Amino acid sequence: MEKNIIIKTKNFNFYYGDVKALTDVNIKIEKNSVTGIIGPSGCGKSTFLRSLNLMNNLILSARYEGQIIIDGEDILHKDIDVVALRRRVGMVFQKSNPFPKTVFENVAYGLKINGITNRDFIDQKIEESLKGAALWEEVKDRLNVSAFDLSGGQQQRLCIARALAVEPEILLMDEPASALDPTATLKIEELIQELKKKYTIIIVTHNMQQAARVSDYTAFFMMGKLVEYNKTNIMFTNPENKITEDYITGRFG
Amino acid sequence: MTNRRNNITEKIGFGILTLCLIVVVLIIVVIFTNIIINGHSAISWDFITKAPTDGMTKGGIMPAIIGTFFVTVITAIFSIPLGMGCAIYLNEYATQNMFTRLIRISIRNLAGVPSIVYGLFGVMLFVEFMHLGTCILASGLTLSLMTLPMMITASEEALKNIPMSFREGSLALGATKWQAIRTNVLPYAIPGMLTGTILGLSRAAGETAPILFTGVAFYLPYLPKGLFDQFMALPYHLYIMATQHHDITLVRPLAYGTAMVLIVLVFMMNLGAIILRYRLRKNRKE
Amino acid sequence: MGSGNCNDSENKLSTRNKLSLSKKVKEASIHGCFLFNGLLVILILIGIFALLVWASIPAFKEISIKEFLFSFNWNPTSYVKPSYGILSMLVSTLMVTIGAMIFAVPISIGTAAFISDIASSRVREIAKPVVEILASIPSVVIGFIGITLVGPYIAKIFNLPDGLNAINGSILLGVMALPTIISLTEDALKGVPKSYTEASLALGATKWQTIIRVRIPAAASGIIAAVMLGMGRAIGETMTVLMATGCANAMPTSFTDSVRTMTSAIAIELGEVAYGSTHYYALFAVGLALFLITFAVNLTADIIFNRRPKL
Repeated sequence: MEKNIIIKTKNFNFYYGDVKALTDVNIKIEKNSVTGIIGPSGCGKSTFLRSLNLMNNLILSARYEGQIIIDGEDILHKDIDVVALRRRVGMVFQKSNPFPKTVFENVAYGLKINGITNRDFIDQKIEESLKGAALWEEVKDRLNVSAFDLSGGQQQRLCIARALAVEPEILLMDEPASALDPTATLKIEELIQELKKKYTIIIVTHNMQQAARVSDYTAFFMMGKLVEYNKTNIMFTNPENKITEDYITGRFG
Repeated sequence: MTNRRNNITEKIGFGILTLCLIVVVLIIVVIFTNIIINGHSAISWDFITKAPTDGMTKGGIMPAIIGTFFVTVITAIFSIPLGMGCAIYLNEYATQNMFTRLIRISIRNLAGVPSIVYGLFGVMLFVEFMHLGTCILASGLTLSLMTLPMMITASEEALKNIPMSFREGSLALGATKWQAIRTNVLPYAIPGMLTGTILGLSRAAGETAPILFTGVAFYLPYLPKGLFDQFMALPYHLYIMATQHHDITLVRPLAYGTAMVLIVLVFMMNLGAIILRYRLRKNRKE
Repeated sequence: MGSGNCNDSENKLSTRNKLSLSKKVKEASIHGCFLFNGLLVILILIGIFALLVWASIPAFKEISIKEFLFSFNWNPTSYVKPSYGILSMLVSTLMVTIGAMIFAVPISIGTAAFISDIASSRVREIAKPVVEILASIPSVVIGFIGITLVGPYIAKIFNLPDGLNAINGSILLGVMALPTIISLTEDALKGVPKSYTEASLALGATKWQTIIRVRIPAAASGIIAAVMLGMGRAIGETMTVLMATGCANAMPTSFTDSVRTMTSAIAIELGEVAYGSTHYYALFAVGLALFLITFAVNLTADIIFNRRPKL
């Protein structure tokens, strides 16, 4: 198992100013798996997710301790290239955030900022990414319409395609379906099953059924602590911890 | 009883407040109609396209229009990039600390520095220290310092209106900070910046005190040919025609005409900016 | 696996690199440029102050500071004994400014209250740009109106030979201060929490009582800051007072006197004075005094505004 570990955190602590948001998080995440992160709101699950691609660095008061090792490299080390890291660790946000550009330009954006100008390569990559996000069939004839003209679910898959285009190894998803209707949600969930063949996926969700459906492993966070982490089927049938049980059986949350 | 009295008091009170707005609107109407009624007869093709003649008692105001145009362009060249740059720093790069607080205090205080003081500063710095002499460049530089606070505030406002998700989305794809700003923030902020910028430039076009000693001329038989020439300007020309001319009553119609051209020019710039802003707001709401 | 999926493109999309130095340098230098840009603003403010001080020093070698500040007599071109007291122009400046505020403040607060609390959103949409249009009218045009329109009326009403005096200047400066005070007062009123208004209305107060007794007092510090900023504008305004106050160089005794403010003194005399003379530098000293006064007014406004209770 140890060989297949892609992300490993060691005593990871995170603060917003003086407020401690995460305490001693130790977790090992397997390659090509889907890990669901659940927990009540404010438990630190989004903070943890956003630590993995250092998006929290945008918050000025953010401070952290410990180690997050991705592929053998401590990404909290000061010499790490944040930009290269974010390319390897893609992110899909809670609210789909397509840029006010065409479908094509949205997917091409990541390639262009990485200095790729070869038109054929970009075309090929866009098709590949849109297919990867199960969106190609729906938009292949209207690559030049504004991304805002797509439906909510399509916009979110466009954001996934946009993230795929830069060839990440890990895909972070922050409640990617929370703003979508059930049909669109289902599509995203199917897509996640497809994507895990190529990518390691970590998904934050407040929807426990969703976690149970899509994830191989589940991590339960509460008040900034990782309470329990196990294979999803074990976690949902036979949780070790009383609090976990209370949470997943809906006694609070 | 008290209810009725309250109602009457309220009616009177609202009446007074309404009256206040009416007074303000009336002031604007009076200014515009006065200038237009007395000025429109002076306006002609010749007035716009000819230079003053016969000791400025006849002819047009073309050199003043051209001079104002050029000095405003120079102002734009210096103040827009500096204003945008400072706004980008404050909104995109800076953290909340002593330094940024100091910058913000400086901006607010620069906005309150009297225009004549900018004029004095321009004389000392540009005309004398930099040896530019009295010229259109020195005037343009002085005006750009004066409009800088407006430019910064307007640009920052526009940047604030760009959703955070544009920056995050871009950074999450591996853009560097500057790439994210350049490709995914600025393109959408520029129209908003433009409105404030036009307002700032319209103020520069109408200002007199900062150019008084830095480059504007009473009368010039020629147009400015370069950055180091003196120039005529509409507001200064109006000032001369209204108070400094040897026969003020004779040239009163010309003064009105000049005032009308100036007020129409500034009004158009403002109207353009207001319409542009209105459209942007509507777009954003949709 | 991960990166092994697209072997052909691996060399194009470098997925894993240590911080590249050139990129770091580029980003840092861009950051540096913008930082310098921010710094520039502070430098300009300091520069204005420093240059005014520097240009005033030669004047104070000839003039005692006591004379400069406390003498009513400004007569730099006297053949007998030139004198450089700014007191009469300081009084003139204060006179027209106070005169301006006397009528600008009530009208502004009234207008702002109307726009923010009473007007329908349609009226508001129109009223706000209209106020902005007033702000955009060049001062020289206002001054011209003072000569051609306001002046004759004043002359008639007060039975004076001409209407170029402190009253005229006050009216014009008041008009010019209106937009500043209106828009900032409106902002201040908008900042009053809804809960205050609702609480007052729930107690049976009328809308009018709520505006007068609750909303305006709650916005007081914002309104005071607005008035101070309007005052700062009025103190520093040049062209209108230059054109419409007659600019007589003497201590004014009433509002019907012609006055020469600090700004108009600089505007008139700097054009006529010999370069490098004491008089020349004395005008920079007047500018320095003007700068310090407006700076103090603006800073006070700033402090009042920032100290207001955070609602």
